Amino acid sequence: MTEEIIIAGFGGQGVLSMGKILAYSGIMQDQEVSWLPSYGPEMRGGTANVTVIVSDERISSPTLTAFDTAIILNQQSMDKFEHSVKPGGVLLYDPNGIIHHPKRKDIIIYEVKAAKLAAEMGNTKIFNMVVLGAYMKIKPIVKLENVIKGLKKSLPERYHKLIPLNEDAITMGMNNVTKI
Amino acid sequence: MGELKLMKGNEALAEAAIRAGVDGYFGYPITPQSEVIEYLMAEKPYERTGMVVLQAESEVASINMLYGGGGTGKKVMTSSSSPGISLMQEGLSYLAGAEIPCVVANVVRGGPGLGDIQPAQSDYFQSVKGGGHGDYRLIVLAPSSVQEMSDFVPLAFDLAFKYRTPALIISDGLIGQMMEKVELFDQMPRLTDEEVIKRHPWATNGKPVRGERRILTSLDLDPHRLESHNWHLQAKYKTIEENEVRFEMLHCEDAEYIIVAYGSSARIAQKSIQLAREKGIKVGLLRPITLWPFPKKPIDELTKRGIKGFLSVEMSAGQMIEDVKLVVEGRTKVEHFGRYGGVIHSPEQVLEALEQKIIGG
Repeated sequence: MTEEIIIAGFGGQGVLSMGKILAYSGIMQDQEVSWLPSYGPEMRGGTANVTVIVSDERISSPTLTAFDTAIILNQQSMDKFEHSVKPGGVLLYDPNGIIHHPKRKDIIIYEVKAAKLAAEMGNTKIFNMVVLGAYMKIKPIVKLENVIKGLKKSLPERYHKLIPLNEDAITMGMNNVTKI
Repeated sequence: MGELKLMKGNEALAEAAIRAGVDGYFGYPITPQSEVIEYLMAEKPYERTGMVVLQAESEVASINMLYGGGGTGKKVMTSSSSPGISLMQEGLSYLAGAEIPCVVANVVRGGPGLGDIQPAQSDYFQSVKGGGHGDYRLIVLAPSSVQEMSDFVPLAFDLAFKYRTPALIISDGLIGQMMEKVELFDQMPRLTDEEVIKRHPWATNGKPVRGERRILTSLDLDPHRLESHNWHLQAKYKTIEENEVRFEMLHCEDAEYIIVAYGSSARIAQKSIQLAREKGIKVGLLRPITLWPFPKKPIDELTKRGIKGFLSVEMSAGQMIEDVKLVVEGRTKVEHFGRYGGVIHSPEQVLEALEQKIIGG
């Protein structure tokens, strides 16, 4: 099994950390992982993206042009990455702020109103975990218990009290993802 | 099994420096390498092992701090990115001339000049053909994963001290910035002053009780003596060429074509090879791990076996291809493919180049 993912959105949405949690979860279940962020001027301009690969085998190229799954969180990223999904692949997006919705017929499209759900839960910071939950429902590649283990390992001790909130956000995402 | 962590290549290099028992790191921040010094400053290795971490006033200062620290037999290291490494070339030539071991890491970015901050492999010539003045060589190791960013630190120190010569670890913005799973090796103790004196009889660590005064210098105004010194250096480089070549071969057993690539290009090429093999194209990968000494023998053997063509894939305008050609000597086709100036080629572009330049060409 090899899953090649791009997560793209605005800086500050937690795109990079969501990728990091996914990668850490892969390690927790003995898989190979790579995490390659956009860095530099591109990132400083406000958009951020990260390529994450989770695999049972040694990972070849950490940089890719075609993905099994694209998680898209703003219009710029939709414009850039809708066409990078492999035929038959998955596109998951939050319709919040999207003007031009995805049009491709040869991929499977899902939406999760993560920004709205996070606001309803009273904490917009857990937005990315709602998205992660939606992804985990579509592609159960990483197990929830391993995500929690990954969070424990990657977060400093003082933030561990926030783990239950993150778990709730993941569940919220899992229960509110819809196929378009 | 060692501790497993998800780390950036730059962070793995920094952690490996602490664990390898390095005595001093002297550096100056530059993107895409700054995480090395940032990690070291945050980790405070002076509390863990007594290792010194110092932000020098410039790259020129840091390389000369290596001359001073390395001259006392201590394990010293610096890192930078392309423009900073250019500033260090004079110092590297002096270190090689005075036979002072040290490790330098270059996280290459696009050039020439100040260039940009994206990944590139255009410092190959600088690394393996000199960069500084005079007849000298550096041992050049090219990691292609975060794991190797960690593993090559102690390896580079072993080689540097074994041959009393500077060693260079050359990666790029891609390997430096990406995170992968890394198995960290256990903490190695730093040598005590007594151990340093015992192990390195050449080191200038105080007036010897008996025996001659030790002087480390690259200056000798007597041309005949300097020529002898050069003979000694060349003999040493020959020994390194005979004993320290490192490379990896993947899918070469039945290959009709070979991609030669190092570092991040080797990772990208592995994907291209997978795509090619799905189309029935028999192609393998030769990955030089030491760029100097260059793996001449496996290329020669592959040529003799009747390989139909070599594609040298590098994020440069074609630098390593010259070394491939020197081995192949016109016996088969050798072509270059690569994007540069900070642009990374895609696995599909590499495959297309293979089909057009080698198979169809």
